[in-house]
Amino acid sequence: METPNPNVKMWQGNVACAEAALAAGCRFFAGYPITPSTEIAEVLSRRLPMVGGNFIQMEDEIAAMGATIGASLGGAKAMTATSGPGFSLKQENIGFAVMAEVPCVIVNVQRGGPSTGLPTHAAQGEVMQSRWGTHGDHPIIVLSPCSVRETYDMTVRAFNLAEKYRTPVILLSDELVGHLTEKVEVPPIEQLGIVNRKKPLVSPDKYLPYELNESDIPAMANFGDGYRYHVTGLAHDETGFPTNNPEKIQVQLERLNRKIDRYRDDIVEIETHYTEDADILVISFGSTARSARRAVINAREKGIKAGLLRLKTIWPFPDREIEEISAPVRKIIVAEMNLGQIAHEVEWATRRSKPVVRVNKINGEPITPNEIFNAIIAQD
Amino acid sequence: MDYLQYLRLDKMPHIWCDGCGHGIILKSILRSIDKLGWDKNDIAMVSGIGCSSRTPGYVDFNTLHTTHGRALAFATGLKIANPRLHVIVVSGDGDATAIGGNHFIHAARRNIDVTMIIYNNYIYGMTGGQVSPTTPSRKKASTAPYGNPDEPFDISRLAQAAGAAYVARSTVYHVGRTDKYIEQALTKTGFSVVEVLTPCPTSYGRRNKEGTAVDMMMAQKANSVGLERAKNMSEEELEGKIITGVFVDKDQKSYLTRYNEVVEQARNAK
Ligand SMILES: Cc1ncc(C[n+]2csc(CCOP(=O)(O)OP(=O)(O)O)c2C)c(N)n1
Ligand code: SF4
Ligand SMILES: [Mg+2]
Repeated sequence: METPNPNVKMWQGNVACAEAALAAGCRFFAGYPITPSTEIAEVLSRRLPMVGGNFIQMEDEIAAMGATIGASLGGAKAMTATSGPGFSLKQENIGFAVMAEVPCVIVNVQRGGPSTGLPTHAAQGEVMQSRWGTHGDHPIIVLSPCSVRETYDMTVRAFNLAEKYRTPVILLSDELVGHLTEKVEVPPIEQLGIVNRKKPLVSPDKYLPYELNESDIPAMANFGDGYRYHVTGLAHDETGFPTNNPEKIQVQLERLNRKIDRYRDDIVEIETHYTEDADILVISFGSTARSARRAVINAREKGIKAGLLRLKTIWPFPDREIEEISAPVRKIIVAEMNLGQIAHEVEWATRRSKPVVRVNKINGEPITPNEIFNAIIAQD
Repeated sequence: MDYLQYLRLDKMPHIWCDGCGHGIILKSILRSIDKLGWDKNDIAMVSGIGCSSRTPGYVDFNTLHTTHGRALAFATGLKIANPRLHVIVVSGDGDATAIGGNHFIHAARRNIDVTMIIYNNYIYGMTGGQVSPTTPSRKKASTAPYGNPDEPFDISRLAQAAGAAYVARSTVYHVGRTDKYIEQALTKTGFSVVEVLTPCPTSYGRRNKEGTAVDMMMAQKANSVGLERAKNMSEEELEGKIITGVFVDKDQKSYLTRYNEVVEQARNAK
């Protein structure tokens, strides 16, 4: 008999998220219980103290977001996890993390909305909220996993991108992926390519926490490192202090947005199946992409040239990839558990050059392969 | 002592109005820190939003100006991530007890190792004088033009009831006492709160005909009653009085002490 491989686990998506965070170096988690994300907090409340890390259940999601940012400024890799209503509460402080350029990871295991909605059922209604939920023009990185293994990999990636680009990163999961149990072969830690924030190399008197440099990504000192600087959500200049000077504000906010835009090729990831000769392209993400994949395979078995484009990165939006891959196709189908939040972006990306058929569901039930298959074979 | 070593002089002039009491509290904080001889690199000052919450911008520490009401949440994460830091939160009455009220009582319950200095001017100064949770009944505010119909919070009693390890109240008139309380609070293990009453002549005094900033400070002097004396006074006698003194000074395990015990337990269970 073969000896069982200790690196192979039967994990739920949420458990994989928690374990991946630990592997990525997360040593601080602040949360507030909410279905269907609670398992992440439960696992970390047990596991973090084992590695000398800190878990804290805060009084609400606003506090959890604030504590996460505070911990990151203190030098810890930090994460919080929530679902719909809690994600709404976090928005103001997410904007603070964007503006103050504090790396951190926010997990949103989507459930049915609006409002309290459907706590125990999946939805994908926060595509736009994850992009624009906090006020003001700002950049953001959002990743969306479709399996347990991918939840693991993307959680690690979320930390790496956060540290690399000094920004909050949102992991947009959903109830189906979060509660799905699958076999996972846990990759060895050396393969994770752990990234740590760039520390200043200059002496404290020369340190500019929001420096305009060639990379657009300023080095980050942790509080207590000997660099006494100021962090504020007010518009600030290179020194971090508030300013009303329009030129200084303009260059800082342009840099803030450019910091993500110019690295979009490094950030954007997609996956394709059978797209080379496809004349019908299905676009999907998260748990719905699993049904989409099955529908495409079924179509191929019937001799229909369908292909799948799965968005792994949601924001920045993979518009160029979509435009290129969809160029030869006759029709695009976007399957998502909302009323067309991605479909709308796809129409923009393809400049409405071809029909974009929407397969949507918002009643808590997953979109089935058959529903997508029917859209593939429908005469238009 | 040399205040200048703690100030970011290039950020002057500060935004505070002539006669604002906030600067008096800032000087008390600096004197207390100086007395303790702490290294500036080991001090973090965290605030929310308000005139009072602008304090961190003027001091040469690690400074964090967060969102309205949320300073304690950020400070909690910061202190836990780097326990070596002395974390001081400065907050206004609105910041601490309206929008931030929930964080305030939970910080006290947890006994998180943070010191909070609350600048209580009975009003939302920064936004132009709206009613706050500490505006006394019947006093006027821009959003209480007929007089405040509500009863105010007693911040120190609130902190006491919620479980803070150290709670004291003073006024900007009583500088010596304020210095002493802040120093005691800074050296306390666990959550310590110093509430300092401070005049806002611009947004509160003028509307309530309380005179100049000096008049408002003289009223603090006239109306203050020490905690011990207050114990023998009736409710009617205490009407309109400011009770000053140390409300709580107790030794109990702080958040970090308890959490370290959790870490020990988890490591042994492994
Ligand atoms: C979420 C949010 N709501 C409202 C405001 C507007 N605001 C700024 S300061 C303030 C009140 C400040 O009052 P207080 O905390 O007592 O400080 P003071 O200015 O009196 O020192 C308000 C309501 C804000 N900045 N953010
Ligand atoms: S408005 Fe009031 S609290 Fe604000 S600076 Fe002026 S006097 Fe001080
Ligand atoms: Mg006030």
